[in-house]
Amino acid sequence: MERKKVIQLEDIYKRFYIGTPNELQVLNGISLTVGEGEFVAIVGQSGSGKSTLMNIIGALDRPTEGSYYLDQVDMNAAKDTELSRIRNRKIGFVFQTYNLISKTNAIKNVEMPMLYAGMARKKRLERAKELLTLVGMEERMHHLPEELSGGQKQRVAIARAMANDPAIILADEPTGALDSGTGRMVMDIFHRLHKEQGKTIVLITHSPELAEETERLITIKDGNITGERSGRDRQ
Amino acid sequence: MIIYENIRLALSGLAANKMRALLTMLGIIIGIASVIAIMTVGNSMTTSVSDSMASMGANNITVGLQQKADEEESTEEGLQFGGPPRRETAEDEDGFTVEMLENYCETYRDSIQAISASEDVGSGQIVEGSLYANVSVTGTSLGYFVANSIDILTGRFFREREFDDGVRVALISDLAVDNIFGGDKETAVGSQVQVNVGDKYYSFTVVGIYEYDQSASGFSSSSTKDTTTQMYIPLKTAKELTHTENYLQFTVVTTTGVDADTFTETTENFFSPYYRNNRKFEPSAFSMSSMVEEMTSMLGTITLAISVIAGIALLVGGIGVMNIMLVSITERTKEIGTRKALGAPNSSIRLQFIVESIVICLIGGIIGIVLGVALGMGLANLLGTSASPSVQSIVLSLTFSMVIGLFFGYYPANKAAKMNPIEALRYE
Repeated sequence: MERKKVIQLEDIYKRFYIGTPNELQVLNGISLTVGEGEFVAIVGQSGSGKSTLMNIIGALDRPTEGSYYLDQVDMNAAKDTELSRIRNRKIGFVFQTYNLISKTNAIKNVEMPMLYAGMARKKRLERAKELLTLVGMEERMHHLPEELSGGQKQRVAIARAMANDPAIILADEPTGALDSGTGRMVMDIFHRLHKEQGKTIVLITHSPELAEETERLITIKDGNITGERSGRDRQ
Repeated sequence: MIIYENIRLALSGLAANKMRALLTMLGIIIGIASVIAIMTVGNSMTTSVSDSMASMGANNITVGLQQKADEEESTEEGLQFGGPPRRETAEDEDGFTVEMLENYCETYRDSIQAISASEDVGSGQIVEGSLYANVSVTGTSLGYFVANSIDILTGRFFREREFDDGVRVALISDLAVDNIFGGDKETAVGSQVQVNVGDKYYSFTVVGIYEYDQSASGFSSSSTKDTTTQMYIPLKTAKELTHTENYLQFTVVTTTGVDADTFTETTENFFSPYYRNNRKFEPSAFSMSSMVEEMTSMLGTITLAISVIAGIALLVGGIGVMNIMLVSITERTKEIGTRKALGAPNSSIRLQFIVESIVICLIGGIIGIVLGVALGMGLANLLGTSASPSVQSIVLSLTFSMVIGLFFGYYPANKAAKMNPIEALRYE
């Protein structure tokens, strides 16, 4: 069955310090396609270029060369304000360090992307409650981030990533700051979102064990894709 | 909607960091408070000065003597502020003669409604057994009662015959009646009173009682029992008591429609020739309306000058706000990066920090206004004038503090808006 293509990267190059003696090429012509509903892991050592790739996939950065279509939208043609809009509607970020807004409670954190999407207050609140319930945080909706444990914070962050029902969830080392027990729990949530809601998830990690859990495992080294194989989650 | 969220966000941010918020606002608070306090005091002083001057009659021109050349002090008897009369060295022969006045009246018959001359006999007491009332005995011409609004409660004014013949009749205040006759005005009118002025006793018949105007007397504070009020007697009677013939000062009441300022000059020019040979004095005339204008403009200038200083305080306060905003966005770099990753456009980030800065300044402004009004009213009370905080200055201050917030918040907010999201996210 031909899946709808959510991410289409073609011949992506990324260079830094262009035109200076220490010009640095981080991505060397990466091509990658991710279909709807896939759970993909991108694995690589630090310095392999996986963070740069993530920034490009996440519309935080633009490639120096190559084309990128996200959900059929040509990202090279999008202006900065459009990129903001695309990040808001089509991408759900989950960070290693959670990045919840301090002094703002869990529910307000989850509401934030919806606020930028211009959703009505009542609807926002409703959706935020629903999402927090989905990640098992319904008891702590009114807690501030500093009152939550690492695992709890990451669950709130996942709920926030889901807020505008994005085309992809982009998780950058989501268990990197967690112990194995809570890390497991967070991974289980991703699996659930994948299976139950059919979410497209891109997991960036340096841990081969976590990557093994996904459907598809892409290894990246020195700015090139060096390996791709199916994980054990392959259905 | 985003604005409302931003205001809420800014408020919770301030609440979470109370000490810093207070210190940030302090500059604005001090600036606004001083502006409001100064404006309140300035306003109430202007109002009270012009009120008391207007009650003396804005159409009146006071003509007196002024020392020539180096000495600036005038020989006027300090009537304008109700302070103690100043004794200068102008002698009776320096004064305006009856002849001069008659000439003057004749020349400007159409412009002059009345001439009010007075003769200060001195301070004394009406004594009645153990009862007393402090009075200042003043001889008055017929015109005096035209120039000064005096309300007769009981009895009557002096008759023309009494002015002409120098009869010993008197008008006393209701306050004096309270002290001597226990407030019985009917008994008071027609009765003889003994007045002690400068070691001498004089006997006067009370013909009328006027209402003592407390507000016109300025800063009197002592009990009503010791308050000194005017006892009016006919001018000629007073002249006999002081053994003088000429007038050191008089007031001209102009007819309506005459420009007081121009007529002031005309009057001065009229009397000048008489004093060409006088080595010490020259005539000087001034109108109440020009005095009022002068005082108002002077107070206005002082208010403006201090307001400029307060404005500098506000500027410094604004720079303080900008400084804290810059610190704040640096501290919250990661938050800004996160917001951008979540899809906040630059305009939203900019708005968020501008709103925060405006909220800080507005709250500072409101606290400043409350403090300023309190301070201004306190000061005005201390000065004995009634305070009137002007709505205009409050609205102006609120607007101004918002503008400060906008102005000094824009640069930090713009800096935040332009942050690179990747670098901001990486910031620790």
